[in-house]
Amino acid sequence: MRTNPALIAMLAAGLAVSACSKKPPAQLPPDPGGAVSTETPTASTGPTPGSQADFVATLMGQDTILFDTDQYNIDSADQAALAAQAQWLAKYPAKRATVEGHADERGTREYNLALGERRANAAKNYLVSLGVDAARIATVSYGKERPVALGSDEGSWARNRRAVTVTID
Amino acid sequence: MRTALLTLVLALSASPALAQTAEPAPAQTAAASAEQAIDVTDDSDWQNQTIAIPAFATNADVPTRTSAGSTAALGNALAGVITADLQNNGLFKPTGPGALPRPALAQIQAPEFGGWQARGTDMLIQGFVRAEADGQVTVGCYLYDVALKQQLAKAGWTLAPGEWRRAAHKCADMVYSRLSGESPFFDSKVAFIAETGPKDRRLKRLAIMDSDGQNFTYLTTGQTTALTPRWSPDYKSILYLSYFNGQPRIYILDPATKSQRLLLSARNPLFAPRWSPDGQWVLYSMAQAGNTDIYKITAAGGSPVKLTDSPGIDIGGSFSPDGSRIVFESDRSGSQQVYVMNADGSNQKRISFFGGRGATPEWSPRGDQIAFTHIVGNLRVATMDPSGGSLRYLTDDWQDEAPTWAPNGRVIQFFRTARNTGRTSVWQVDLTGRNLRKLDTPVDGSDPAWGPLRP
Repeated sequence: MRTNPALIAMLAAGLAVSACSKKPPAQLPPDPGGAVSTETPTASTGPTPGSQADFVATLMGQDTILFDTDQYNIDSADQAALAAQAQWLAKYPAKRATVEGHADERGTREYNLALGERRANAAKNYLVSLGVDAARIATVSYGKERPVALGSDEGSWARNRRAVTVTID
Repeated sequence: MRTALLTLVLALSASPALAQTAEPAPAQTAAASAEQAIDVTDDSDWQNQTIAIPAFATNADVPTRTSAGSTAALGNALAGVITADLQNNGLFKPTGPGALPRPALAQIQAPEFGGWQARGTDMLIQGFVRAEADGQVTVGCYLYDVALKQQLAKAGWTLAPGEWRRAAHKCADMVYSRLSGESPFFDSKVAFIAETGPKDRRLKRLAIMDSDGQNFTYLTTGQTTALTPRWSPDYKSILYLSYFNGQPRIYILDPATKSQRLLLSARNPLFAPRWSPDGQWVLYSMAQAGNTDIYKITAAGGSPVKLTDSPGIDIGGSFSPDGSRIVFESDRSGSQQVYVMNADGSNQKRISFFGGRGATPEWSPRGDQIAFTHIVGNLRVATMDPSGGSLRYLTDDWQDEAPTWAPNGRVIQFFRTARNTGRTSVWQVDLTGRNLRKLDTPVDGSDPAWGPLRP
């Protein structure tokens, strides 16, 4: 599929305005440990363009999309975030990314692994529908094993039901 | 749980050697209300059966290579382990060596019945320890009915010094099965995931321990996250999930050498590995484009056979003990529910219809029950029969999941997660649900997988 950065930019702008059902998390997810390597930019002037740090800085929380309990559908807020991700990926066509799917702690371990995969895959499919080459996007699921919010309450669970896109430096 | 107890009670009363034991009280159950009638809680006769386990005697108090110390110290430790085994199941009222006189070697096969009777002892377990010239230890175990002044059972074992606790578990197994009519289960091991570190950075390592939580050993270093282990029926291998480069894959690890091999390689995430009862097949799930299905493959490798093909997550299969059927969970109906199919994937039928969600089904080694996680807000360990009837809760806490059966199908271990901290612990409960206890593992633990009786 051909990428059209202008179209993606328009989509992103339009959807960002209409999005209101879910807020991106205030706190960024932890770096994903051994799964990918994340380099810290050396220059004090800001992240290297095209780096994961640049991706995180550019997306301002939109590297993460959130899901309702047991759900994996992409709602309007998710669409806006994914469009912003696709825009960045269109700008750096050599970059690859991994979408990490997660679940909240209120489910069984194995099911949540599969549920996280399903969420990561839903995010990937949407990125592909926006013109990102499917071969550039890998998916991984951590189920409930890597929460970003540590409480056992609705607010924490809502933040943990997520798919996080991490670009590969 | 009521069935289990009733069986035990009947087995007891049918045993001629135990004819003096208090009668089960059928009149009481008959007179009670319907609700009480099926709830045979009056097992106090059982729990009141007193068992004395004095320190095992020895022919000579000499050093051993066991962790317990000299033969005399070992004799004391053995009696302590047996006491703990019998105590933790709520069926007996054992008294350990600390509160009892230590018999002399000559008394092991000729107990002072009068003295034990005066103490109010119903059953007496005595034994001896002997150090062998080659460093091994021999342990003898005898069970006596004090009132009848009769020996009910005896057995002996010669073991390597590092295996001394096995003698105690085998002795406890002999006593348990002789008095209850049930199959033994103490001499078995549990594989599980040892957890350390903060909630968002848990280190998850494969580990093993004896059924009572002792002899804890790590099998992996923690460089990759390990989850959901299962013992092979011969104890020679452990199937488990390990994250390699961030991708969950299924490995088979040899606990003796700690070497492992990748069972099968796929670009897709692999989950929920399970052995068939004969160890010839491995069930697993593979996610493909958001859809997870169950497959089987021979343990040696080869071509996978796809067993389910539904839009949705099919995961967590468990074979019936005869290998003919598989119980699994699927959200094809919209939420996690428990299904049964034939071992070739045919005749898939939902069996859970009691509201809430059903997950992690495990077929009992006896075949009569399926243990699972029932989710209605909280996660609870429950059992049902293979047609989905007779739902019973065994636990009632915030988050209990992933039951695993003792080899005799009468006791269950599972793991509990604490609210907020995310700390995990391995727990054990019998089928009455009343004898619940936490295993004393040196670090947090999850995903217990109980192996069969040791060969």
